[in-house]
Formats: sequence, C-alpha cells, structure tokens
Amino acid sequence: MLDKKLRAMIDKVADGRMDRRAFIQRMAAVGLAAPLANQILALGGVAMAEGPSTYKPTKRGGGGALKLLWWQGPTLLNPHFATGTKDQDGSRMFYEPLACWDPDGNMKLVLAAEIPSIQNGGLAADGKSVTWKLKPGVKWHDGKPFTADDVVFNWEYAKDPATSALTIATYRDITVEKVDDLTVRILFNKPTPFWADAFVGAPNAIIPKHLFADYKGAKSREAPNNLSPVGTGPYKFIEFKPGDLVRGELNPDYHMPNRPYFDTFEMKGGGDAVSAARAVIQTGEYDFGYNIQVEDDVLLRLEKGGKGKAIYAVGGDTEFIALNFTDPNTEVDGERSSIKTKHPLFSDPAVRKALSLLVDREAVKKVIYGRAGRTTANFLNGPEKFVSKNTSWEFSIEKASKMLDDAGWKPGADGIREKDGKKLKLLYQTSINGPRQKTQAIVKQACQKAGIDVELKSVVASVFFSSDVGNPDIYPKFYADMEMFQIPMTQPDPAQHMRRFISANVATKENKWQGQNFPRYVNKEYDAAIEAAEGEMDPIKRAALYIKANDILIGDTVFIPVQHRLKVEAAANNLVCIISGWANETDNLFDWYREA
Amino acid sequence: MSQYVLRRILIAIPSLLGISVVLFVVLALAPGDPFSELATNPNVPAEVAASLRAKFGLDDPIYLRYLHWISAMAHGDWGFSFVSRMNVDTLILQRLPATLYVIGSAQILSLLIAIPVGVYAATKPYSLFDQIANTLAFVGFSLPTFFTGILFILIFSVTLDWLPLVYTTDVKGTGIHWVLEMIRQAIMPVAVLGLFQAASMTRFVRSAMLDVIRLDYVTTARAKGLGQAKVIVKHVMRNAMIPVVTLIALQMPAVFGGAIVTEQIFRIPGIGSLLISSILANDTPVVMAVTFVFACLVVLFNLIADVLYGWLDPRISLR
Repeated sequence: MLDKKLRAMIDKVADGRMDRRAFIQRMAAVGLAAPLANQILALGGVAMAEGPSTYKPTKRGGGGALKLLWWQGPTLLNPHFATGTKDQDGSRMFYEPLACWDPDGNMKLVLAAEIPSIQNGGLAADGKSVTWKLKPGVKWHDGKPFTADDVVFNWEYAKDPATSALTIATYRDITVEKVDDLTVRILFNKPTPFWADAFVGAPNAIIPKHLFADYKGAKSREAPNNLSPVGTGPYKFIEFKPGDLVRGELNPDYHMPNRPYFDTFEMKGGGDAVSAARAVIQTGEYDFGYNIQVEDDVLLRLEKGGKGKAIYAVGGDTEFIALNFTDPNTEVDGERSSIKTKHPLFSDPAVRKALSLLVDREAVKKVIYGRAGRTTANFLNGPEKFVSKNTSWEFSIEKASKMLDDAGWKPGADGIREKDGKKLKLLYQTSINGPRQKTQAIVKQACQKAGIDVELKSVVASVFFSSDVGNPDIYPKFYADMEMFQIPMTQPDPAQHMRRFISANVATKENKWQGQNFPRYVNKEYDAAIEAAEGEMDPIKRAALYIKANDILIGDTVFIPVQHRLKVEAAANNLVCIISGWANETDNLFDWYREA
Repeated sequence: MSQYVLRRILIAIPSLLGISVVLFVVLALAPGDPFSELATNPNVPAEVAASLRAKFGLDDPIYLRYLHWISAMAHGDWGFSFVSRMNVDTLILQRLPATLYVIGSAQILSLLIAIPVGVYAATKPYSLFDQIANTLAFVGFSLPTFFTGILFILIFSVTLDWLPLVYTTDVKGTGIHWVLEMIRQAIMPVAVLGLFQAASMTRFVRSAMLDVIRLDYVTTARAKGLGQAKVIVKHVMRNAMIPVVTLIALQMPAVFGGAIVTEQIFRIPGIGSLLISSILANDTPVVMAVTFVFACLVVLFNLIADVLYGWLDPRISLR
C-alpha cells in the first residue's frame, strides 16, 4: 500500500468522510487485516475500535455446564507464575486483563472502559505513555471494588525480582502510576509503538492487591490465593486439583451484561490429543478440547457423523528450519558452533538457497498438517500488516541441483556432492514429535535426490527445549547444521519475535547460551532495521521495517519456513466458541455460548 | 518373633536410605530441567529462569541438595512442587483416593477371578476348563493394558456409548446416584487392570495348587475318605495360598506402577499420572517423592511378606 494513499484514507476517516468499516475493508483488500488496520487508525489519529460482538444470549446464566478438556491440567492459578499456556488458561478463567485480542486481532475491552487513543487523550503522541481508564463498578469475587490500586500493585508485584514472576520482562522497564481511582498511566522510557503489552492478554491478567499485598517478593510462593483465585472474571472459583481439574461457577455480579452464559465450568486435564478429540468430536462427552494436534485425516474421520468439529485460528506461529552460520564440528576455546567460526558448507549461499528449494512445503501441508497449516515463504507470518509480499518459494530438485552444479559442487563417486574436499553432508535435528519426524523424512528424501546427504537426529522435547546448559542437545547450542521447530508468537506484534536475531543476541558459551539468536546470524543491516523499527512511531514505516527484516532473513536463507501453523481445537457442534490466534483459548470465554 | 521383626525393620532403614541416594543422584543427573518451558518463551528473560534455579537451589552441588532434602524429609517436609508451587504431600494426598479406589477394586476383581479359576483348573488339570482358562490367561497377560484400554474405549464408549471415556473426580449428583456414577466410570479402568492382573495370578494360583495337590499328605487325606471339596479347601488351598499371599503382597507396589498407563488412558487423576506429568515437566521434588513412596511401599510389603513367612513358618524367623 502506498504511503500517501493510506494517509489520505486515514484523514478521510478522521474527518468522517469515510466510515471505519469501509476503511478496514479497503485495507483488507490490499492485504492488511483488521487488527492492524485498527492499530494504524489508532496511531494515525483515529480511535481503535472494538470488533463487533457476536454474543447473542439475552440473559445471564441458564447455559448449564461447560466441559473443557485440556491435555494437561493447569498446575497453578496465578497468572504471574503461569508456565505455559495451560496455567495462563486456567488463571484466565477467574482473573482478567484490561483488554484482550479477538480472533481478528482487534482489541477487546475487559476491565478497561475505553481503548486509549490520541483522540481520547489515552495515548501520548510521542509514544512514551498510555493512560487507561478503568470500568467503574467492577468488583472482585469477594465483593471488594477493583481500582487503579490493584493495577499499580500488579506492576510492583511483577517487577520485583524476588517475586520471581514470569511476567517480569513486561513490567520491569515501565512505570505505572495511579492518576485517580479509575485511571492509571503507564510510562515508557522510550517511544513504544506496541503499547498494548502490560495488563493486556491472558498472561497479564490482574490479581487483587488486598489478597496478595502481603505476599510480594520472597514470600510470593506462600500466598494461599495462588491456588484459590479471587478474580473479577465471569466465573467464581470452586475447586482446583493441580494437573487434574479446575471448577468454577457463574459470577452473578459479573460486569458484562448477560454474561456469562454457562452456570458452571469444568476444565479437565490429562490424556492425549487423540482421545481428547474423540471425547469432544465423536462421543460429545466434552464441549471443547484444547490444542488438538492430531493428523488431519484422523480428525476428518472423527468428524464424520460426529457430535463436534475441528476449528482453526490463525496466528503467527511458523514451523521453520534454521541454518547454522557457525561450524558445529570445530571447537574454539572449548566451544562448538562458536561465533568465531564460519560454517564450512553454508558459507556458500548457493548451498543455503539450494536447501530452501528442496523443502517441499506443499507436500508437508498435504501429508502432515492438512487444514492446520499453510505454506509460506516468510519467517514472519502475522499479523497481516507485517507479512512480506516480496518473497516467494518453490520446490524444485532440478533448480537446486543446477544451482549446486553452478557453484562447483560436483557429485562424487558415492553420489554425494563435494567441492574442495568438503562433502555436502548435513546433520538435521529437531524435537521428537510425529509431524516433525515426517517432515524430516520428506526433506531428507529431496536432498538425497539432489546429492546432499542428510543425517536425521531427533531429541526428546523436554531436553531439546530445556535451559539446561549442561546438555549438548538443547536447541540454543545448535550442535548441528540444521534444526527445525517453532517459536510461539505470543503477541499480535513482531517486536519481541524479531528482536531475537540481532547480533547482540547470539547464543554463546559466554552468555550460557541464553542469547536467543541461535542460528548465530550477524548482519548489520538486520540490526539496523530492528533498531529503527523499535523506535518508529509511524505504523506504516514500522511495518515496512519489519517486512524488510523478514526479507533479510529469507534472502540470506537464515530460516527456511516450513509451514505457517494454525491453532486447532475441537468443539461441540452447538458450541459457539471464540478462539483467537493472538490470544489464549480462554481469553474470549465470556463470549462463549451454546446455540439452541 | 519380635526380635525377628525388629531385625527386619533395622535392615529396612539403611536400604531406604540407599534407595533415596540412588533416586536422588539419578534424578539430578537426568537431562532436562523444570524451567524448560521458560527457555522458549520470549516473554521470560533468561535471568528469571536463572534466579528461579538459584532460588530453588538447583545450582547447588548434588550432595548439598541431597542433605537438604533428607533433613527436610526427616522433619516431615516433603518439599514443594516447582510447577504448582504446592506442597508435595498435599499433592500426593489429593491423588491417593483415586489411585486406591481404582487399584484396590482392580486387585479385588483380579483375586475374585484368579482364585476360583486357578483352584478349579488345578483340580482338573488338562481338562477343557483348564485349557480354556490357560489360553485366556496367556492372552490376558500378553495384551498390554494400553491396548485393551483403547479397545474397551472403542467398544464401550465410542460404539455402544455405555460408559464415559473420561474419568472425573468431580462426579455430579449425590447419594445413590453419585455412587452409581462413581462405579460406572470406574468399570473400564478396573476391568482393564483387573483382568490383566487376574491373568497372571490365575497361572500362579494354578501352579501353586498343583505343587501341593501332589503331596503325600493330600493323598493321605483322600485315603481317609474326606470329600473332594474338603480336601481342596482345607488341606490344599490353605497351604497353596502361602506363596500366593506373598506374591500379592510383593505385587502391590508393582501394581501402582502398572496402573500408570491405565491412569493415563482414562485420565484418572492418580499417583501414576502425577508421576508421568511430573517427569514430563521435570518437576524433581514430586518425582523424587512419588518414586520414594513407591520404594517405601516395596520395602514395606517386603517386610510384611517376611513377617508373614515368619508367622506361617516359624523355622524362618529362628534362622
């Protein structure tokens, strides 16, 4: 989209010459999704609107029991300590943030009264502060009023290193102050284009000051309410058995009209994905099954004549193959894959490009992911606004072979290509997981045909994704040539996601491999793009910078995107459940109901 | 006799300590760490994982951690779960009822099948009944519980829709309805586990009976003109049951372990599923506590078996 044209459109909306919907439709027509269109409007000087609500019930309650099945039950119910989504999902049943994200990535108000914008004075033009107005009359489940003090307390609680809150990164660099009982202001120390992080979304749900004030800091573990939440949410707490069961009942004082619909809910954990799919789709024993990672043909079979269906939500998760830019087989100062080395094979760009031509994304989608995947040429696959249109992918063994031929890699006696005595032999690792092993096999086969010998390795997920620096098989060490997995994208903004790969973040022995740039990719141009994007308040320029960053990663073949993955859930046919690819499954639960 | 019991108890203490050292070292050396989920989450800075490690003492040397653990254990403090930040003993106690209910019922079911079938088969060896019983027993213990479990689910839940697929601790209703519902949801796991146990137990009862049935004193009893039923029940069964009782005692801890798979299939919130999920989450304090409980059970039931031997055959305790 042309910068000028867009600006003219924003002005039209601001003047009332074009209505918001028309604007969003036109944005969509040029490939910008509503969420981003909205954020563009917000920063372009027009208030960010809420997405339309689809909620139909006209009275509170009467919906009976809602039965939810997770493959792991929540293990604790404090959002600040939530490891993984299961705990966030469990806490979110009771606790609420100021706002959350709907399926299109629109902001949806929960505890806030209005979305901050430049018009309503909520958003500072310099991007250094945001002011939230709170909904009046909201009560905690124990009857105490919800006020700005609670919000400020959550910031103090989480930013204290002694509390060891897992949300610390969101809160430690900001300042939160109370303006009045129903207004809080967040101050940033630099212009912050993506201001909707603190207090937004399931991980940032708010806990009550009056019950946690005595348990800030080192005593945080001892708070009795870590296991018995008192929140503001649609459901009140009844019972919790860690790893097994969470139960709640309708909150008669809930602050949203006609909500919630269900009288009770039960969230059960355990078992495996196939039997969960069966319990929801086939037998109808449960209403909803979380994260159904089951092969598509199994789901299709279950769906035939079943009582439920699979549903999908689009987010930004990308399954990718990362290439190692350092040499995993040479030790420098007792360190493999040291930044002081160069990969002997991948330092030839032709080899990297040939590999990219050898990943048959369409076959992977067809054979493995089915409806749960989309082929892609990009590392950054969402939100729409940030998705590059400059890239393309193709699968061609001939082209790959020709490229290698031209670069001087000639097949040896054993059929494996070689050049200057170096053979094209690669080690390709990933975590143990059905779809991943199948993808490995597909890639290996294509490589073989092109004269590249690929050795496959799979590591138990609990080791591969661990932070145990003593183990050589953790993914940040990357003692292999290629590795495949997915980094979850947890926000509808790419800042965190893309920052990982700047040069300063290279994983080394020195930083105990905590640096998140595991391909050890160093490029000044990339660093500059990320640096510029982080301070850029103009949404259009900012999006362009992230698209540029993505194009650099793809152009240099740092990552070979395998699949843009969708969230898969199972739901009863009559359940209307709102699932967002940009939020937790339980984030929009106040809008769920059953169709008659 | 009391001296014998005391001696056995004194021997049990060092073996428990030894077991705890081995368990602890194995767990400490095992790969993976409880904060792995944090490692891939870009929202969580690396310092948080590091400070949590330090806070929970994961960076201390193994012997220090062990001493810490054993002294806390001696004070009745089982530690707390890294994952749920809840005390481990509360967690285990919460899971115990479901485990006891399902495993206890399965064990009773297996005895109700194994003893009559085994005894009757032994009285008529190589008869048609014996051969059928033998065949079924072989089939029974060749089929793993994860297979029969899924088979049962497909038949009784999916096809016939008679029984629930998911076991829940939160059964609706009160009074008789509650009891019936509890029984209904336990039928499949109990049957799967009970039949598996019964299969091997039947074989064992049969051979124990056959060993005794050929002894001279049985022939003598028959020669005295005692009826078949009386001979079998009073003379043969009583003696044949000695090894059977021992076997049951020694099998108890193994059953707890064997139920892990069954618990996973039916989503029974028992000790076994607690162990599995804790292992997957690398929640070492819970894994340590649960495996230690298993170890204690083994030692305890060994002790009971020893005492039972001593009581049944006084010659053993004198030695």
